[in-house]
Amino acid sequence: MKKIADKLVIEQLQQRIMSMQGNSKPSEQQLPVGLGQLETAFPGKVFPRAAIHEFMSVSSQQAACTSGFISVILGKLMQHNGICIWISTKPRRALFPPALTGFGVEPHRILFVDTGKPRQTLWALEEALKCNAVTAVVGELNELDFNESRRLQLAVEQSRVTGFIHRFRPKNTGAVACVSRWKITSLPSITPDGLPGIGFPRWHVELLKVKNGMPCEWQVEWCSKLGLKYIIQTDHLINASKTA
Amino acid sequence: MSQRIVSIWFQHLLTDWKIRRQPDLKQVPFVLAMQERNRRVVKAVSKTAQLQGIYVNMVVADCKAIMPELLVLDYDPYQSQKLLLALAEWCMRYTPHVTLDMPEGLLLDASGCTHLWGGEENYLHVIIKRFNGFGYAVHAAMANTAATAWAVCRFGNDANPIIRSGEETQALSPLPPAALQLDALVLDRLEKLGLTTITSFMTMPRTALRRRFGQSLLTKLDKALGAEMELLEPLRPIVPYQERLASMEPICTAIGIEIALKTLLETLCQRLNHESKGLRKCELRCYRIDGNIQKIEIGTNSPSRHAAHLFKLFENHISQIEPALGIEFFVLDAAIVEDLAATQDALWAIGSASEKAITELQDRLVGKIGAQDIQCYVPEEHHWPERSVKQMPSLVKEPLIPWRANLPRPSHLLLTPELIEVSVPMPDYPPLLFIHKGIHYQIKKADGPERIEQEWWEQNGLYRDYYCVEDEKGERYWLFRSGDYNKTVPKWFIHGFFS
Repeated sequence: MKKIADKLVIEQLQQRIMSMQGNSKPSEQQLPVGLGQLETAFPGKVFPRAAIHEFMSVSSQQAACTSGFISVILGKLMQHNGICIWISTKPRRALFPPALTGFGVEPHRILFVDTGKPRQTLWALEEALKCNAVTAVVGELNELDFNESRRLQLAVEQSRVTGFIHRFRPKNTGAVACVSRWKITSLPSITPDGLPGIGFPRWHVELLKVKNGMPCEWQVEWCSKLGLKYIIQTDHLINASKTA
Repeated sequence: MSQRIVSIWFQHLLTDWKIRRQPDLKQVPFVLAMQERNRRVVKAVSKTAQLQGIYVNMVVADCKAIMPELLVLDYDPYQSQKLLLALAEWCMRYTPHVTLDMPEGLLLDASGCTHLWGGEENYLHVIIKRFNGFGYAVHAAMANTAATAWAVCRFGNDANPIIRSGEETQALSPLPPAALQLDALVLDRLEKLGLTTITSFMTMPRTALRRRFGQSLLTKLDKALGAEMELLEPLRPIVPYQERLASMEPICTAIGIEIALKTLLETLCQRLNHESKGLRKCELRCYRIDGNIQKIEIGTNSPSRHAAHLFKLFENHISQIEPALGIEFFVLDAAIVEDLAATQDALWAIGSASEKAITELQDRLVGKIGAQDIQCYVPEEHHWPERSVKQMPSLVKEPLIPWRANLPRPSHLLLTPELIEVSVPMPDYPPLLFIHKGIHYQIKKADGPERIEQEWWEQNGLYRDYYCVEDEKGERYWLFRSGDYNKTVPKWFIHGFFS
């Protein structure tokens, strides 16, 4: 009997901590986004919408993969006529809008904003994240410190907008107030039956940090018709125990 | 430019109106009469009755003696004003500036309007013809001053109703003094002295005229000749979308400016709301006590009358105002105003509300960052990658042509293709390896080529053969060869990165 009571207390405490950290209770959230296995790593097995996700990339190739992966999630989020704001700091916005159609995103539903300074990018990000008519906001910048990320996180907790921060070659990779940190790298594609040519894009998706969830790694393949296909999933915890 | 005023006189305003209502009255002589001190007095006479020698202010009993079959109807003292107001509204088609000229006339400021009707003669002709068509007997005249037009209209020659600039004296000379709208007392005195036309006293010394007839005669004369301005108050004042605010003490703090701006915006938005309008461009001018004027300006992407939103747009610029010693006067000017239908936010679907929120967000971003850096993309019918998208200033519902998804396009496209060194086994084959920025990339898999020809009507040059290639790490690139191996060694470029 006491055990059950303890468990209840602990659960309640966990809930309270989660709400303090900006994670709403899983019961409050709607349905899963539709990313399949990937969502199991998050608390409540649902991809958090009202949150900021941080992506890191160190090379142009990685950046392209990251843009692709973000677009896949955007495609799922923007299914019901959503609007996205894509904010980048000049001179770097390499994204080629027509490519987004391949990831299930309608490029004309995205408003692109190019700012001159990182400070302006942060201002625009905060303004966009505060607007609850927007479905998702993507921000491309290099540096983000804890205070700045906290401000962004507070903005989305009010408006329930999903934010993606794509940091290209960051100098400082210290802790930020984002819900998760991702790293996407490419994998050699495989064509069926050894046919010549290039197969569907494959990525190594690393969920390096996640609040109240399980850091995880996947190998996925993206096909515009079939969606995300999971090839291998490895939990960081399992990896760690194996090495130990 | 001198003013051109048209005076219209409705000779039988009320009776013509009665006939319009009851056409069978047209043949019947009738008068409109009102009870006045125990007797009925005629207030308006129909044309047919007037021909029989019946005039205004006669007693009905006398009229009946002249003409026993005379029809007497009731006179409504407010009717003529009501009627003139309606007619004035109707006259707005000829000029925006119409003034009532009680009791039976209108004054139209036709300055700059007549050429639209092919000249002044035609302008007057059209007006008279339209009114005659309605059944109103009208006289009209045009002159530089309202008083001259009035005089010529009522006492002048109908064959020559247009008085050119500088011909006022000549036009007024033969008219009786009553044409100057003088008091009955002055008219009496002039009559007694045998001054029956204006010309007989126009040239008299002014001091003599003032002593004999008072200042009013001189003023009236000056107004008629244009020596003194006569202000006509338009029926519908033409008010710009402008709000003003004077401050009791010079303001030199940002908070003070904010309060002033909020007050001005609220009154302006109330007016816009009342008139179903929204503003596109708005300017705040701050008049400093040292005579300097500080300006800030905002623009919106769609008409807006949301005071809080407009204030937010202004807020970014408030820091640009230099109050110096203080600002004593604020003017808020909506330079561009467009129609904006009244919305019932609560009743409409979420769609419009969220659209509004997005435009407001866009306005804020444009205000801070600049319109040139905010865009949306729609497809264009070009294969050439650089020309395959078109920039749009704001979000569109649906592009005119659908997006193409059947050809591989890289997620990241370089602004300008970068030169690479390659090693190619044979023409028309993808390269085996390439060097970009000093790094070797070993190609494992490749797709292509996809040939994209130059659009000769846009620009001349070599075609491109595009290859999608993948290196050993699985990273993918979009390479192209410019031209072919026939004559010279073609150049290779990298143009993008696939996801």
